[in-house]
Amino acid sequence: MELKANAPSGPIETRWERHKFEMKLVNPANKRKYSLIVVGSGLAGASAAASLAELGYDVSCFCYQDSPRRAHSIAAQGGINAAKNYQNDGDSVFRLFYDTVKGGDFRARESNVYRLAELSVDIIDQCVAQGVPFAREYGGVLANRSFGGAQVSRTFYARGQTGQQLLLGAYQALERQIGLGKVEMYPRHEMLELVVVGGKARGIVARDMITGALESYAADAVILATGGYGNVFYLATYAKGCNVTAIWRAYKKGALFGNPCYTQIHPTCIPVTGDHQSKLTLMSESLRNDGRIWVPLKKGDTRPPAQIPEGERDYYLERKYPSFGNLVPRDVASRNAKQVCDEGRGVGASGFGVYLDFADAIKRLGASVIAEKYGNLFDMYERITDENPYQVPMRIYPATHYTMGGLWVDYNLMTTIPGLHCLGEANFSDHGANRLGASALMQGLCDGYFVIPYTIGHYLASNKLDKVGTDAPEFKQAEQAASERTRTLLDVKGTRTVDSFHRELGKLMWEYCGMARNKQGLETALQKIPALREQFWKDVRVPGQGAELNQSLEKAGRVADFLELGELMCRDALTREESCGGHFREEHQTPDGEAQRDDQRFQHVAAWEHTGEGQAPKRHQEPLDFEYVHPSQRSYK
Amino acid sequence: MNWALRFLRSSIGLKLVMAVSGVVLFGFVLVHMIGNLQVYMGPTLLDEYGVWLRALGHGAALWVARGVLLAAAVAHVWSAYCLTRLNQKARPEGYRERMNRESTLASRTMRWSGVVVLVFIIYHLLHFTIGTVHPNFVHGAVHQNFVVGFRVIWVSAFYMIATLLLGLHLYHGVWSMLQTVGLSHPRYDLMRKRAAAAFAALVTLGNLSFPLAVLTGVVR
Amino acid sequence: MSAGKTMNLTLHVWRQPSGTSQGRFVTYPAPDISPDMSFLEMLDVVNERLIAKGEDPIAFDHDCREGICGMCGMMINGQAHGPRRATTACQLHMRSFEDGDTITIEPWRATAFPVVKDLVVDRNAFDRIIAAGGFVSTHTGSAPDGNAIPVPKTAADQAMDAAACIGCGACVAACPNASAMLFTSAKVSHLGLLPQGQAERDQRVLKMVATMDEEGFGTCTNHGECEAACPKEIRLEFIARMNRDFIRAGLRNRGERAGSGGTG
Repeated sequence: MELKANAPSGPIETRWERHKFEMKLVNPANKRKYSLIVVGSGLAGASAAASLAELGYDVSCFCYQDSPRRAHSIAAQGGINAAKNYQNDGDSVFRLFYDTVKGGDFRARESNVYRLAELSVDIIDQCVAQGVPFAREYGGVLANRSFGGAQVSRTFYARGQTGQQLLLGAYQALERQIGLGKVEMYPRHEMLELVVVGGKARGIVARDMITGALESYAADAVILATGGYGNVFYLATYAKGCNVTAIWRAYKKGALFGNPCYTQIHPTCIPVTGDHQSKLTLMSESLRNDGRIWVPLKKGDTRPPAQIPEGERDYYLERKYPSFGNLVPRDVASRNAKQVCDEGRGVGASGFGVYLDFADAIKRLGASVIAEKYGNLFDMYERITDENPYQVPMRIYPATHYTMGGLWVDYNLMTTIPGLHCLGEANFSDHGANRLGASALMQGLCDGYFVIPYTIGHYLASNKLDKVGTDAPEFKQAEQAASERTRTLLDVKGTRTVDSFHRELGKLMWEYCGMARNKQGLETALQKIPALREQFWKDVRVPGQGAELNQSLEKAGRVADFLELGELMCRDALTREESCGGHFREEHQTPDGEAQRDDQRFQHVAAWEHTGEGQAPKRHQEPLDFEYVHPSQRSYK
Repeated sequence: MNWALRFLRSSIGLKLVMAVSGVVLFGFVLVHMIGNLQVYMGPTLLDEYGVWLRALGHGAALWVARGVLLAAAVAHVWSAYCLTRLNQKARPEGYRERMNRESTLASRTMRWSGVVVLVFIIYHLLHFTIGTVHPNFVHGAVHQNFVVGFRVIWVSAFYMIATLLLGLHLYHGVWSMLQTVGLSHPRYDLMRKRAAAAFAALVTLGNLSFPLAVLTGVVR
Repeated sequence: MSAGKTMNLTLHVWRQPSGTSQGRFVTYPAPDISPDMSFLEMLDVVNERLIAKGEDPIAFDHDCREGICGMCGMMINGQAHGPRRATTACQLHMRSFEDGDTITIEPWRATAFPVVKDLVVDRNAFDRIIAAGGFVSTHTGSAPDGNAIPVPKTAADQAMDAAACIGCGACVAACPNASAMLFTSAKVSHLGLLPQGQAERDQRVLKMVATMDEEGFGTCTNHGECEAACPKEIRLEFIARMNRDFIRAGLRNRGERAGSGGTG
């Protein structure tokens, strides 16, 4: 299979402009005749559904939550990047493009990234017009901050709730279209199957989570915006319901899965307290702007932090990366935390934690300034840990936070199944092997507001789409497959709960396919995961019935898919014999412990094709060319 | 006028009716109490005040006032009835356990204090205005009716209970009214509650003093 | 840190198999609960044990578990989201309780929030209120530059205070009248405070209030329970602001229909 990126060539500054002109258009009067399905109502899904409905398409939107406003985009705290250069500090579209390609460790498609940077400025305008209450200066203009180690202040924010405010903006636009009757909203509906008719994506089968009914929905094209799959690690900063099911079902129907092993581990999360823990909570990495990260110099030093004198502390990031210090990119910060903890210098009861100390900042700026900047984060930390970060240094540890991998898409955001499009975190995305802070919100909204409205029209206008109803045999087959799966899960009637399997899978993934990976570990995981999966199908206990609100059944379906995805992630990680961004292979590091890319062999996207149950998936490659940003060793020294 | 009806029947419209009629009624309550304070200035003043009131505007003022007050009372009761029904329909099944955090005795008893005050007003009209339940009612002898009326202990007790409930009703009613018509500002919100409390206390103390003054013999 | 110690609790939980069936309280012992667990993690533990015993686990809504999605919510000992102020149920930790405590857990109760199962309720009435007017009618692509309209910092900050609402429904649950005024006023105020929201300000408040009434929420009698229960500390002053906007809009738009439904 040849992976056609469909990215235009020529000067990068004009590619998107030219591509827009070259794409076919759907006559305004005809748009209402086309029906579109959008699965997911986060930043990408809600903005796409609203924008497409505004254009006149007949849109149906699905989400598993009780309301589209709850999608997990809402939890993003820090901000959204845009190359506005409002601060006059030398930012430009090209610089944002450059930073993103470099930050992604040269594993992203240049054309896509440039388009993302180019459209970033429109996103801010759009959101402001919607009434998103971005932070303002006293003069009334938009405020910016520098974020995640960027050398310019290009991040727009709304307190520590930027994701929430952006999502509510998109949600409100979506609700407006729902009120106008242009979007049919299906909350508490979970997509269980993709329906492909005549080689094209023509619908989905979804489960009404209240009645348990399996329902078929037909359309002219399907758009998946279902977010990331980080919950494969069980403990992650994702919402509990986040899952891979939608894109995994698409993968099984022939969509290629790009770079599944690229996951991002966020350095500033609250450490685990015990086995009961159900999720990890992230604290904005803006904390690293003022907090200093350290561990004791000596192993097993259990003294309270205040009793460890300055000379016996190791501010390891400041020591190793003098120019970036505590602001090194996420992957570097995370890996270093793991390293010092593995050396036995971790803090807290579990030993998996490092200090994030605000004592100096409080001394320098005063407690009130710190409270103004981070008050809500400090409160959240105290609520969860019962420790006061104004007095005792915070303890932090990395946690899975974002997945750069996802369904492979071309420049038009279309997967390898014609008509199936994929947006936001669910696609293999523009972030390469590592995502920079404040870039996820930008990508989700860029895809939804400004890319898919054009590219979907091109698909619809350039393909002859016969009428397909839900009575087509393909729908019946898909419904039957979904219903059999459900019945099988309920019929196992084993002894172990779904969560116990999920937790076990999570531990395997974290151990062998987490922050640092090696051949031996990945091979072990590739033994253990199929065994666990087999046990799951033999011994899982799913109480209740299919035809009711059954949260155990929902979880079981998701975990069953994670058990397959986990294997693919390990396979991808094993095959990629290099380190890049968030993918760190211990065998491939520079003498001072940094990620060592192998551009000769791996300057490509790995896209996996499902070849049938029980058979090894096939790896395809999309070579990456770098015409504008020349690959170099990332250095944050 | 359709828009007006629709507007007034909305939840906020009903609240507005409640608030505006409430303003009229508490205005009356204040004036009424101040008028009655004349009882402390000798036995004739109150009688003369009565004559003056009846004569004002060739006798029309009193009836206009009575009309306005009646309309306000009807509107107040009608909106209370509508709001209560809406609120009961909004939660037919209550909680097994419920802990109040911010609501006050006054806010929670508005309905009951309102009903008691209504009964009291009817009694009060029969007692001092029409005189049917007064032991020895003499038309125009305001001061004497006042003293004779309050000498009956259970009557005075009922007056005092009703007055206290009216105080509670006024306390929540006044600040609630300010909230309903949208008079709120973070800088003045605390003051709003204090003003309501002061107003309610003033009216309550004034009205409480009348039966007490008669019973203790200060006014005879 | 309270590691090591555990607590034994007794739960009285509302169980109702579906929206149409009868519900009742069922008592469950909850031994060996760590004070470091969140309230929902405690329920997870109880559910794991119920599943092991072959019983139906307690259904409750939850998602982000970091206090921002607004999906979780239940009455805990008669208080929406439990005893801790400005805290959602998922962020409430068991250290807020004592060993030996009895905890009563009930779903939000309101006609507009029908029970779906156990502690799960249907809050789509909130979405319909937003659909009636809780937006700025702007087409994607039609926006002027972000800095074209300056917004005074104080207005932006106040709008943000109102916009912080997570739509969890605790205000309705805690209100003795099951009123949705705090929720509705938060959106009316958020958009009404910003220049972008001015064009539709009158229509917005009229339509949102009309929909709020149609959905069967109660009315505000100024108890202040909503403000006390709100995990995001949305203030009562926004209700006053909405009243003001509503009265003004009503007087200014006498001739126009103030029905519900989206604007064109």
